[in-house]
Amino acid sequence: MGSDSAPAPGPSYVCGKCKKALVPGKVIASYLGSEFPIELWKCPECGKVLVPRELAAGKMLQVEQALEDK
Amino acid sequence: MPRGNTNWHTLSIGVGGKAGLSPGLPKQPNLQIGPGCNMDREQVRRWEGQCIEEQPPACTASCPLHVDARALSVAVAAGDFKKGLALLATAAPLPRILAHVCEHPCESNCRRRDAGDAVAIGLLERACAEFAGSAPAVRPQPRNYKRVAVTGGGLSGVSAAIRLAIRGYAVTLFEAEPRLLDRMRNLAPAVVPAAAIDADLALLAKLGVTVQCEVLISRHAGPLGVDALVAGYDAVYLATGPELFDEKCLGLGRALNGRIRIDPLTLATSLPKVFAGGAQRYAPAPYSAIHSIADGNYAAVSIDRFLQGASLSANRDNQGPYPSRLFVNTTGIAPLPAVPLAPGTHGFTAEEARQEAGRCYPCHCLECVKVCPYLEDYGSHPKSYVRQIYNNESIVMGVRKANRMINSCALCGLCAVVCPEDLNMADVCLDARQGMVRAGKMPPSTHDFALRDMAFSQSEAFALARHQPGFETSRVAFLPGCQLAASSPDHVASGYEHLCKTQPGGVGLIFQCCGAAARWAGNEAMFQEALSTLQAAWDSLGRPRLITACSSCFKSLRENLPHIPIEPLWPHIDLTQISAPSGAGKKLAIHDPCSTRGWSEVEGSARTLLHRLGVETQELNAPGLTTCCGYGGLMMFANPAVADKTVQRRGAQSDVDYVTYCAMCRDRFAHQGKRATHILDLVFGKDKADAAARPDPGFSRRQDNRARLKQTLLRDLWGETEKPMEPTRPVLIPEQLKALLEMSMIVEQDIERTIEHAEQSGDTIEDQATGRRLASLRVACVTYWVEYSEQDGSCVVHDAWSHRMEVR
Repeated sequence: MGSDSAPAPGPSYVCGKCKKALVPGKVIASYLGSEFPIELWKCPECGKVLVPRELAAGKMLQVEQALEDK
Repeated sequence: MPRGNTNWHTLSIGVGGKAGLSPGLPKQPNLQIGPGCNMDREQVRRWEGQCIEEQPPACTASCPLHVDARALSVAVAAGDFKKGLALLATAAPLPRILAHVCEHPCESNCRRRDAGDAVAIGLLERACAEFAGSAPAVRPQPRNYKRVAVTGGGLSGVSAAIRLAIRGYAVTLFEAEPRLLDRMRNLAPAVVPAAAIDADLALLAKLGVTVQCEVLISRHAGPLGVDALVAGYDAVYLATGPELFDEKCLGLGRALNGRIRIDPLTLATSLPKVFAGGAQRYAPAPYSAIHSIADGNYAAVSIDRFLQGASLSANRDNQGPYPSRLFVNTTGIAPLPAVPLAPGTHGFTAEEARQEAGRCYPCHCLECVKVCPYLEDYGSHPKSYVRQIYNNESIVMGVRKANRMINSCALCGLCAVVCPEDLNMADVCLDARQGMVRAGKMPPSTHDFALRDMAFSQSEAFALARHQPGFETSRVAFLPGCQLAASSPDHVASGYEHLCKTQPGGVGLIFQCCGAAARWAGNEAMFQEALSTLQAAWDSLGRPRLITACSSCFKSLRENLPHIPIEPLWPHIDLTQISAPSGAGKKLAIHDPCSTRGWSEVEGSARTLLHRLGVETQELNAPGLTTCCGYGGLMMFANPAVADKTVQRRGAQSDVDYVTYCAMCRDRFAHQGKRATHILDLVFGKDKADAAARPDPGFSRRQDNRARLKQTLLRDLWGETEKPMEPTRPVLIPEQLKALLEMSMIVEQDIERTIEHAEQSGDTIEDQATGRRLASLRVACVTYWVEYSEQDGSCVVHDAWSHRMEVR
């Protein structure tokens, strides 16, 4: 999957503040001075981003640990 | 549970903050090692020098050729005779002959003699020659055009000729007799068979050595004299036996015995081009095959260096036999006799050789590795680890692969106690950690949880320094230690009440962290700050004598604030003032916390208390040899698997329940299912309670216990009521999830805070399908996510996770 392709449709999540359904969108993940553009579900109004468990405990953790050893 | 569909599986890390998406995980950029290492290079060398594991075994060190007899024995024991012969060929150019005629000085130094007969290395070598078949192929270096003359076709001359031919020199070998190795040929075939000699000598032809037999190089001047060789060749090796040379021959300097004066290290003579060795050097000592071959090797090295213009003497200190520093602990090894030779035979059968080789230990030191699961886990020994750690510290750009190794050491110092050279890996790892912190290269997640837990102990939620109610001064003060308060807050309250009852002049109370966690994390600034805070608390109470129930506090203060008088609690327990101490008649094995190593007054006073309690104690080890529980050095945060192995191994040492006087040790045993009692369980615990079955409270309860202890004591002793920090709505976490959160080091307080934030701010994500909410909150460097729902006025938690990356 490339950076421009949209995530597959997911469950219906709604921003608690704006009451808008989350949509796939580009966000920036950063750690220890490195930044990565990725696509996650976010609120189209306020920009609230959802980081699901699979991502946090999987790839994100791997990248964090790799960066920490650099 | 939300499932995000992202493209993270294609994420790669750009070096230096460059963003990018490309296939796969981060690739290793070119490794760059720079001069900016924080470790003192000389100190690193000293540490490396202290580890003797890489010293050769005594057999190898005492061999003039340094044959690796240990590896040879291991190979033969596995039935690999070919490898055995290859090892011989590495050391000697005539491996089959050597295998038959070597005087094997190694055997008189074999450490098997401490437990039975020496390993019959000579016969094992012979078995290699007999059962290996072909020797490994020799790969000579490209031919150069420098010419070397070797006079004398004995073991020394032939060995030198082969070595030099392999190095690419054009070698001419002169022998007065009609055949080479005449002395070997004259031995009985049972001693050295002609086939072995032929097989070794075949190498000469393969290497293109010019052999001229029946040419007597005169020891006088003349056309066939040494003078002619010197004139016609680039270098000459005289291996002509013990006979005297003509006094006028070329002006060769002579020794007192009339033979050529030969430098014992380089075999150089007074003439730059000419080297001499073998019997000319050893006479009138008896002939020695192995010394002759060795001289051939030494001469080849010197001639090669001479022709390359290199130093003849550099780095040759251990060229010949020398005493090895390798320590081999043979205590407790069952004696084994040598495998006997069958009558009428001169060598082993293959099976006999395997059996005999199996008697080799083989010799290693590894004293520290044997007692430390951490050192064992990395598969090598401290010298290798020191080098890896130094290289890790020196990396400017690239992956620091030794980070986890550095942070996994318990810093307990057991290795130094068992090391024959006192090498302490704690010094190495602590120095490295401090350097990493200074350079900003300490992985932030490694110690973050422990340091935040320490910060909690230093916060208003727990920290306290008070005089005894009704007193304006404190003659003594009780410093129970954060982890006793975290594990057994009741014992802290009971201990304080007991001291107030038994100590005159006012007993202060100090809840404060000694900074041990910061020190273990290599964070010297934070450690010094913690010490200053503790010092300030002590000052505020009028500098009383401290009584502590924590051996880490004791050690920390004795080593870093030695002006503060501090004693262990144990001798201050007056059992006549205790209502119902338990322990009488109980059989318990004593586990000393590793922080008491070297502090015999603490260990001794704990034993005295156990004796007074009537406990029948069992020792798990000799004094000073206790092991870590896996918490020391913050090992359990850097490497939970090794930490678990450490405490499991300790727990398996005895079937009886353990007693210890460190709250963390007790809880670590409990966490692994090993029944363990804290010494204060016996003093203040209720006899009917099975204290050894008390579970590990876990991270969440540890913080909660400390906070509630302070609130309780303030209320009950000082009549003060702090506002309780209860969430606006009860938060319910299923037990199954609690275990998962414990492993993820997410404490319940963080979950409560996250939900509290969401409920107050409305900053949530709602799952319309399930009605659950997702709350998130960034605390320090961690973002927490909690999935929860409302049920009957409570918040029921369904899941929680965290990450360190920031997302925007």
